[in-house]
Amino acid sequence: MNRSTLTALTLIAALFSGASHAAEIKLLNVSYDPTRELYQDYNAAFAKYWKAKTGDDVIISASHGGSGKQARAIIDGLEADVATLALAADIDALATKSDLVPANWQTRLKHNSSPYTSTIVFLVRKGNPKNIKDWNDLVKPSVAVITPNPKTSGGARWNYLAAWGYALKHNSNDQAKAQEFVSKLYANVPVLDSGARGSTTTFVERGIGDVLLAWENEAFLAVKELGPDKFDIVAPSLSILAEPPVSVVDKNVDKHGTRKVAEAYLEYLYSPEGQEIAANNFYRPTDEKVAKKYAKQFPKLNLITIDEVFGGWTKAQKTHFADGGVFDQIYAKK
Amino acid sequence: MATQIQRRISTHESVSVTLLLIVVALSYLVLFLGIPLFAVFVQALSKGWELYWKALQEPDAWSAIKLTLLTAAIAVPANLVFGVAAAWAIAKFEFKGKSLLITLIDLPFAVSPVVSGLVYVLLFGAQGWFGPWLQAHDIKLIFAVPGIVLATIFVTFPFIARELIPLMQAQGKEEEEAAVSLGASGWQTFWRVTLPNIKWGLLYGVILCNARAMGEFGAVSVVSGHIRGMTNTMPLHVEILYNEYNFVAAFAVASLLALLALVTLVVKSLVEWQAKRSGEPLHHGA
Repeated sequence: MNRSTLTALTLIAALFSGASHAAEIKLLNVSYDPTRELYQDYNAAFAKYWKAKTGDDVIISASHGGSGKQARAIIDGLEADVATLALAADIDALATKSDLVPANWQTRLKHNSSPYTSTIVFLVRKGNPKNIKDWNDLVKPSVAVITPNPKTSGGARWNYLAAWGYALKHNSNDQAKAQEFVSKLYANVPVLDSGARGSTTTFVERGIGDVLLAWENEAFLAVKELGPDKFDIVAPSLSILAEPPVSVVDKNVDKHGTRKVAEAYLEYLYSPEGQEIAANNFYRPTDEKVAKKYAKQFPKLNLITIDEVFGGWTKAQKTHFADGGVFDQIYAKK
Repeated sequence: MATQIQRRISTHESVSVTLLLIVVALSYLVLFLGIPLFAVFVQALSKGWELYWKALQEPDAWSAIKLTLLTAAIAVPANLVFGVAAAWAIAKFEFKGKSLLITLIDLPFAVSPVVSGLVYVLLFGAQGWFGPWLQAHDIKLIFAVPGIVLATIFVTFPFIARELIPLMQAQGKEEEEAAVSLGASGWQTFWRVTLPNIKWGLLYGVILCNARAMGEFGAVSVVSGHIRGMTNTMPLHVEILYNEYNFVAAFAVASLLALLALVTLVVKSLVEWQAKRSGEPLHHGA
């Protein structure tokens, strides 16, 4: 039998059998948009580590997209072994809208199950022609702001909440004033992409907008990939501590028999090696030693947390991003 | 060619109007089709042939190419059988609900591809109507290859039927009736009378169907799950590469799709030319 017939047969076989019975272990990591490069590096490192430790080959597949969209896909049957999403609310959805993970998933790993953190910064065009320094510059009428849709994108929700947090602080915690501020900001948004990477492309490739509200890692990556001569990163006076969480998808790993390797995959993220890979991909490490080593790379920022300002993700999600929530009201007005 | 133009001039418009129309049509074509297509190849080859080949040989790109070919290899024959059967039934027989059937065949043209994809998620997704049953039997349709094939079949199924129905209706059923009255069986009538009559139209439908099957983005995007190396077709892979700042690779895969379109067009022209030469109509009234 020649090779192409064999390939065709394998493809047909793959078509009819969902689960593979090959000797090697397969793992599917369903993640959000900007982690592509991080997990490309990390998957290679973990496969090596796992091979050395157990002798087994592990092949890790990845799927990336807007965090909310990815959670939706997992609920609809995308058989992720691990979910590494942009915010806790999206993994919460796996627990509330289906029984894929238990309600207490976030307590299973250190630091609220977030092995790395990030924050929201501004990416502006070289030389900062509109002189954008802080959040209050974004509501000026002449400034076009690029940010994705908070309904589908995790990063966008962090952007939104950081802006809200800033407005609260500068208006002595007046929620109505904060809403007015955020409304003004979204009035300056010409395009709402569905994911963070889409927004980055809109800003850097299509040249739309004066400022991109971006994940810090995404901003660093854009500068690195497309040249430091094109963009500047601006750190606002205040931003939000973003904790992108990770979890094993219990029902799927039990079905696939991959629980052990899936758990090891997430735990290894917390190891010095995993933390170094995160830092090299511009995520802030949670391990103190590694954080110290890379301290120079990240600007010092005044960071608020979602728990202290918004009372946690469940509450923030319900108030701001649920159907008919504050974001819908703001955007309907536009 | 010249005599043709002259003939038309004498019956219709002045030379200046004819020239103007030709110039307008050509510049429109160059501006909206030629230049973008050219740009795809320029961008794909911007860093040389070596990187171009490397981009196409990359395992994920290769798997996307294979998946696209597999999808078309299932969707096109499936729609071929369906299209011929439907066109045959509609053109040669009278039955109740015929106009409803014609309308249904057009449905995929009318609905947005996103809806075509979502329909399958609603039916076969984990939360969908048949989701629990499928899961209990460990059958994966959505976010796996079968879902991609299903969505592609849905989106491309009018192409062949739509091509054949007017053709077969125009041809009428006299020849078949003659064959039957001379003692031919149903199969014999089909193979010896109907099929030779429709072969060019059928080929034309297959070409269009294949082009769309390989190029479909929207519906496939909804049901794919975007797992690299597993459920990415070429159009989806182009988007992923582009989003990863990997422009050379993105345009390399895109150029392959564009090349496919060009080949399709050449084959299509050949079919039209052949059909004309053999004197058999390709379309109703052509």
